[in-house]
Amino acid sequence: MFYREAGDFKTSYTDDNQTFPIKFDRYRYYVVLAIAFGVIPFLINDYWANAFLLPFLIYSIAAIGLNILTGYCGQVSLGTGGFMAVGAYACYKLMTSFPDVNIFFHVIAAGGVTAIVCTAFGLPSLRIKGFYLAVATLAAQFFLVWLFNKVSWFYNYSASGQINAPERFVFGVPVTGANTDAWATYLFCLVFLTISAIIARNLTRGMQGRKWMAIRDMDIAAEIIGVNPMRAKLSAFAVSGFFIGISGALFFAVYLGAVEVGEVFGIQKSFLVLFMIIIGGLGSIFGSFAGAAFLVLLPVVLKLIGVDFLGWPTDIVAHFNLVIVGALIIVFLIAEPHGIAQLWRVAKEKLRLWPFPH
Amino acid sequence: MLEQLYFAMEVFLNGLMAGVLYALVALGFVLIFKASGIFNYAQGVMALFSALTLVGIMDGQVPFSHIINATFGTDIHHFGWHVPALFAIFGTVIVMVLFAWIVQRYIFRHLVGQEPIILFMATIGLAYFLEGVGDLMWGSEIKKLDVGLPQGINDTIDQVTYEMFGYGFFIDNLDIVATVVAVLLVIGLVIFAQYSKEGRAMRAVADDHQAALSVGVSLNFIWIMVWSVAGFVALVAGIMWGTKSGVQFSLSLIALKALPVLMLGGFTSIPGAIVGGLIIGVGEKLFEFFMSSSALAGELFGFTISATENWFAYVLALIFLVFRPQGLFGEKIIERV
Repeated sequence: MFYREAGDFKTSYTDDNQTFPIKFDRYRYYVVLAIAFGVIPFLINDYWANAFLLPFLIYSIAAIGLNILTGYCGQVSLGTGGFMAVGAYACYKLMTSFPDVNIFFHVIAAGGVTAIVCTAFGLPSLRIKGFYLAVATLAAQFFLVWLFNKVSWFYNYSASGQINAPERFVFGVPVTGANTDAWATYLFCLVFLTISAIIARNLTRGMQGRKWMAIRDMDIAAEIIGVNPMRAKLSAFAVSGFFIGISGALFFAVYLGAVEVGEVFGIQKSFLVLFMIIIGGLGSIFGSFAGAAFLVLLPVVLKLIGVDFLGWPTDIVAHFNLVIVGALIIVFLIAEPHGIAQLWRVAKEKLRLWPFPH
Repeated sequence: MLEQLYFAMEVFLNGLMAGVLYALVALGFVLIFKASGIFNYAQGVMALFSALTLVGIMDGQVPFSHIINATFGTDIHHFGWHVPALFAIFGTVIVMVLFAWIVQRYIFRHLVGQEPIILFMATIGLAYFLEGVGDLMWGSEIKKLDVGLPQGINDTIDQVTYEMFGYGFFIDNLDIVATVVAVLLVIGLVIFAQYSKEGRAMRAVADDHQAALSVGVSLNFIWIMVWSVAGFVALVAGIMWGTKSGVQFSLSLIALKALPVLMLGGFTSIPGAIVGGLIIGVGEKLFEFFMSSSALAGELFGFTISATENWFAYVLALIFLVFRPQGLFGEKIIERV
């Protein structure tokens, strides 16, 4: 019924190569974009922006970044928290050093800085792989957090050791600082997410993405058919670092406003983003969105049920959150290793044949 | 300068002791990895969970009391008895064996034949799950664990060294006990693995699952046994660390410290775990001592840095791996297309 390619004729190569080849898919994509840009900003309030929408948008960018590295290129990284911290501190230093430049460029430059750092920490991936590499990226996590804690240049010698986002404007509307509106911060993050997703989607379905996937599936074989493993791996680290840096910058500047590095960008953050892509689906852009939405919503829903409905203290609910997240990871790995994205694909396939499955 | 040298020696000895504790945790990793190819991230949380269970049994805590109280409005906390340490340890071992059975039956049996990295992620999920369950069962506040191990400064060493060098070395009694226990544990494990029937079966499974299966070794039994032994090692580590710094969440983070130990020593080698632990323990203590001392690093570089223990082990392992990817004692990695 839905998702039917019948009657959808392609007359040129451009048509053939578009991102969403099925008409229904394409229209759904436009509708989602239209709702995200045109409807939600009018309905949004502070609670929904802070509890769900902003973290969802920002974690989605981080999850896309990690998914490129882990899902597409097969290099497991446990350093996401540290790389997000690089983005946050780079953004902070740029914001305070060049106050006249628009924050939009600061965020992008922060992504660039993170890409460089991430590539540097990706260098060992040329020698070691699998979970040896995962532990090696832990070095990045702990070293970077320690660095931002100890070297006071990074937080401009402030007494508290925190970094605080100064007020910055885009088109005269404040997007960081104390006097922001929910819709402005939402739109600011949404623009970044949309651009990131489009770039990531097109990278991963093009030549570069195929190289990454070849490396992931079997690096020696990929090398033999002519993929340069050094370039493929390091480019994955760079692109991934770019997105993670942007998300770190937004997380600090737009969402939190003030950051203490050990608390916000600790090892827990690395695991959280990793869980997002496992639950969402490794090697899928849609999966990054689904996983981020799921893990951002889960504590909110649990809090609603546990604290407001059952009247439990918050710490018990927090422990339940751990139990459920852990159990879900295991269940997903056993039942559906490709995550929510695979469920979605199966559902689409069913819809395509529905209501005549044979 | 002589004073500095003695102090460095003391730091060295303390580093050795800390290294033994790291090695204890790393040992649990190696056991499971050798037998089933699973890199068990949950080892640290298992140490935390077993220590929590031990304290809970000793104090006669009611499991899940917080959640029962919150749901039914009751106010129960303790059964009101105290169990002697030895019986409590025995009870905890039973719990850990039960845990091993559950893990094997409900998780890893379904994941046989998956890629190592998938198994690794499953153990991360297991770690979260177990941490949540432990907190729900026994509460998340910091607990004191006292099973009667000696603690505090060892006066004999202090006096003897004072008479010899004019400088008393500070060595904790607990560290000495931990070292002795670790040595005994390793000897026991080696004897078990080399000479007992089950140990030989375990090594056969580690060598080749299918071949072991075809000569009649029960994979299920071996895996449950290995997880139980790892649970026991976790319990020993949990007792040592718990006595040292209280039973609390940070206990599970020692698993993260054990990772670089493993990388350094090689994933598949029991001696590797010990040597790696000692190198990391000594290395990080000496590095911290050197870099934070104004007389040494301050003279040399003109600045001092502190709290390097957070990352030193990882960076050391990282640099080391670039030159020797399989670790010190690991089997050579051979890749085929």
